[in-house]
Amino acid sequence: MKMLTFAKRNFKEIIRDPLNLCFGLGFPIVLILLLSAIQANIPVELFEIGHLTPGIVVFGFSFMTLFSATLISKDRGSSLLQRLYTTPLTPLDFILGYTLPIIPIAVAQGIICYVFAMILGLEVTLNILLAIAFSIPISILFISLGLLFGSILNDKQVGGICGALLTNLSAWLSGTWFDLELVGGVFKKIAYSLTFVHAVEMERAALLGDISGIFPHIWWVLGYAVVSLTAAVMLFLRQMKKQ
Amino acid sequence: MSAIRIEGLTKLYRDVTAVDKLSLSIEEGELFSLLGVNGAGKTTTIKILSCLTVPTEGDAYLLGKSIRRESSAVKSIIAVSPQETAVASGLSVRENLELMCGVHGFSRDKREEKIKELTEILGLKDIIGRKAGKLSGGWQRRLSIAMALISEPKILFLDEPTLGLDVLARSDLWDIIRSLKGRVTIILTTHYMEEAESLSDRIAIMKDGKLLICDTAEKIKEVAGTDNFEAAFVRIVRGDTK
Repeated sequence: MKMLTFAKRNFKEIIRDPLNLCFGLGFPIVLILLLSAIQANIPVELFEIGHLTPGIVVFGFSFMTLFSATLISKDRGSSLLQRLYTTPLTPLDFILGYTLPIIPIAVAQGIICYVFAMILGLEVTLNILLAIAFSIPISILFISLGLLFGSILNDKQVGGICGALLTNLSAWLSGTWFDLELVGGVFKKIAYSLTFVHAVEMERAALLGDISGIFPHIWWVLGYAVVSLTAAVMLFLRQMKKQ
Repeated sequence: MSAIRIEGLTKLYRDVTAVDKLSLSIEEGELFSLLGVNGAGKTTTIKILSCLTVPTEGDAYLLGKSIRRESSAVKSIIAVSPQETAVASGLSVRENLELMCGVHGFSRDKREEKIKELTEILGLKDIIGRKAGKLSGGWQRRLSIAMALISEPKILFLDEPTLGLDVLARSDLWDIIRSLKGRVTIILTTHYMEEAESLSDRIAIMKDGKLLICDTAEKIKEVAGTDNFEAAFVRIVRGDTK
């Protein structure tokens, strides 16, 4: 109950920010429309709607990192957290309260992307539901990165690291905008040692209903999610003690 | 029973002693002010007493509960209005109050009762639907105090509650703080001498983490040999007393 009250507050703070709605929901839709228009004029396999949409969904989740990191860093800067630390809320309440409310926002973002994709010609199958379900662990990964960055950076730094660096990393190293095979070499090795491309390939496999294709990518996603969530919890607790 | 009993409280930050063997006692219902120049240790003392910071040495007992061993019990009887205005800017005044009721686990009926009571006491009724982030500094401070009071604390910490407010807003807040006297034990930190003199039952003056004096405003003036409280404060801090 106490945690849910705090989670509700965080949900409201995020969805009431027009910039969040604009970037979180609007930007991925614009990208789907734009790249589909390119695909219509110059057919590229990479930008076929069934291939493109999972990548856009994963890219859209990088905004969830921005949302959660911004909220936490602003709370830290405004003394609101200091006030709440003197209430009966436990450390677990804080961590869940910052994490849980962003999951439905991420799922809604994913649904909206797939709805737009269906309008643009994506075949309507039950696999879309599977893809949405598999997007949840990916969203937790991105949300935990937000908890991590929000615990150590101020809101201006969050804008730079999460708003610019992470969104670019998740775009360039995900294989959404260009085929990583075309670059190859060290770039491809780095991309495959990170989680973004695995998240996209897992999402693509889910959309095709290819359960075996989800592996081994899901292990990469879950592994990174566990590591980043653990690091986030430790750093959040550390800053809590510092208060 | 004392509301607060502080025994040899010390806080070290590397080579800086923020609070140095502080010992004092505050009675229930008392309005107690902590004064001192910047870095005197006022805010650190409040942070320790409100379980935000662990002391390096010593202990304090709030209504008999140890801040070291019973921090959960302590948190259930205190409330803090921090130095900076601590409100959720994207929520309305009502939603901010609901947030505090929720994190204290109030039932729906109690929540409604407390919101009605606090909005009346603090004059927030007309702005209850407005976003907290859009309010003036004075109204945000009122809301901040309402958020602290809504949990029915036995002990309330007000850390520089009138900092940066204009004269009228400050006067209004003084009236609110006076209205709480006797019902809640209030620990106030301030840089405004007239605020401490006007509101407090007793005043403690700190310097470099040490307690220099703890008495009524009248007695402090007497000790310093002056009728002016600000002059008395300056003399005591400079060690320039008779």
